[in-house]
Amino acid sequence: MRHLLSAGDLSLGEVMEILDLAEEMSAVQDRPVKKLPALRGRTVVNLFFEDSTRTRSSFEIAGKWLSADVINVSAKGSSVSKGESLRDTVMTVAAMGVDALVIRHMASGAPWQVTGWVDAHVLNAGDGTHEHPTQALLDAFTMRRHFRALDGSDLRGRTVAIVGDITHSRVARSNVLLLQTLGAKVVLVAPPTLLPSGIDSWPVAVSHDLDAVLPAVDAVMMLRVQRERMSGGYFPTPREYTIGYGLTRNRLAALRKGVPICHPGPMNRGLEISAEAADAASSLVLSQVAAGVAVRMAVLYQLLGGADEMPLTRVREAVA
Amino acid sequence: MSETAPTSPTVTTSATSATSATATTRAAIDTRVVMDAEQISRACARMAHQILEANRGAADLMLLGIPTRGVDLAHRLAAAMADVEGVTIPTGSLDITMYRDDLRRQPTRAVGHTHLPSGIENAVVVLVDDVLYSGRTVRAALDALGDLGRPRAVRLAVLVDRGHRQLPIRADHVGKNLPTAASERVRVRLEEVDGVTEVSISRPAGPPPEPASGADDLAEEH
Repeated sequence: MRHLLSAGDLSLGEVMEILDLAEEMSAVQDRPVKKLPALRGRTVVNLFFEDSTRTRSSFEIAGKWLSADVINVSAKGSSVSKGESLRDTVMTVAAMGVDALVIRHMASGAPWQVTGWVDAHVLNAGDGTHEHPTQALLDAFTMRRHFRALDGSDLRGRTVAIVGDITHSRVARSNVLLLQTLGAKVVLVAPPTLLPSGIDSWPVAVSHDLDAVLPAVDAVMMLRVQRERMSGGYFPTPREYTIGYGLTRNRLAALRKGVPICHPGPMNRGLEISAEAADAASSLVLSQVAAGVAVRMAVLYQLLGGADEMPLTRVREAVA
Repeated sequence: MSETAPTSPTVTTSATSATSATATTRAAIDTRVVMDAEQISRACARMAHQILEANRGAADLMLLGIPTRGVDLAHRLAAAMADVEGVTIPTGSLDITMYRDDLRRQPTRAVGHTHLPSGIENAVVVLVDDVLYSGRTVRAALDALGDLGRPRAVRLAVLVDRGHRQLPIRADHVGKNLPTAASERVRVRLEEVDGVTEVSISRPAGPPPEPASGADDLAEEH
């Protein structure tokens, strides 16, 4: 693996390797010395063009626990606010000799574009409404752990409902791809206005009726209503959204016993998820955050832990 | 985790093909079994006695095997010690992959499982591995232990000591001292992993090859 751009690029074997490795990495959290020497001397740059708390900080902790040097560059307070282009910013950072770039950008496909400009490993930490592969990996990690503790099984054959704003959700796209690889069934539940065009070609079932879906699912993933990406008109009022698609107290009771609830955060309590559901015993929200560090450690190790392969730009030079 | 032969940093295309060619020939050449299942079992029983004697009993002892075969050997030693002393020695595994000094010379390595049966603080930890060769694995294990706590003492038990140390490390308990040439390969196989229990040694034909250049196919062989 040279870059991590899409959850769909990962084979089942690669996913299992990352999830199993993340299990080993998660043990570091309980150790007196939270440090492994594997990435000593490597430099990781977090390049964030959009706001983020958990993704950026968990990538930072993951890198530091593996002994890499981690530097944060955010659009605010950098030359980006002076009008520097993505390419110039990336080339400038890369020229300092970094080994990996973790990129979050509002444009779909930005990390893929960056791979053509630099030799560093590129990790997609969320690009526009496209993908967020490490989020899907940590969701899978958290759910797999839950099912293993429950009855020793994994995600194969499980039905996972993903509820909410599918159109604007990179989390949903990455999860659909990854859950398909893992052999789980996905049901997308959303009002027609929040389903992207071309949904027929996705390997999923689609429903507009949350109440009909809930009793049959093995896990529920609530998505955040992304008001910053909406220009209005997707649903009449927040209250009507909650009535139709929120995980309310009543809907919580409709779930089978022990069915886990996930949310990628940050939560809009009272909008897509009620406080009762967010704080329920079956809520995995905080486990997801803890898993984020372990999964990102696993991914960083897989990309940076071994000998450097010859980067594509050098191969091109060698051929020419 | 077994140790590879000392690696040469430069790998050219011709050297690689030469090595693989030799490897094919070597596989067919002069392999002899130096310990069979019976002898390995006797060696384990003797080491179990020695560990208990050196520790004056089972108090505070903990066995940590280095994956893969060190873990199974640790369990064999624990079983032998249970026969002698009638106590269960806490036994676990200590993966050293991320502490290796050649991590950056190979493609990304798979990480093994670390399991501590209890805290190692003030315990007498006996590291268990199948073959002691360069000593680099043990160096990595000592570093890994240091990040997990502060044992009162650390001992080293190996089934085979084949010499050729590259670091100032020695074993406290040895199943068999096996004089070897650096070009020879020592291979430990255990029922639990390999379906057969024996220690064998292979001698290559022709001039000694550059040891383990680039490839990790010698990882389980010595």
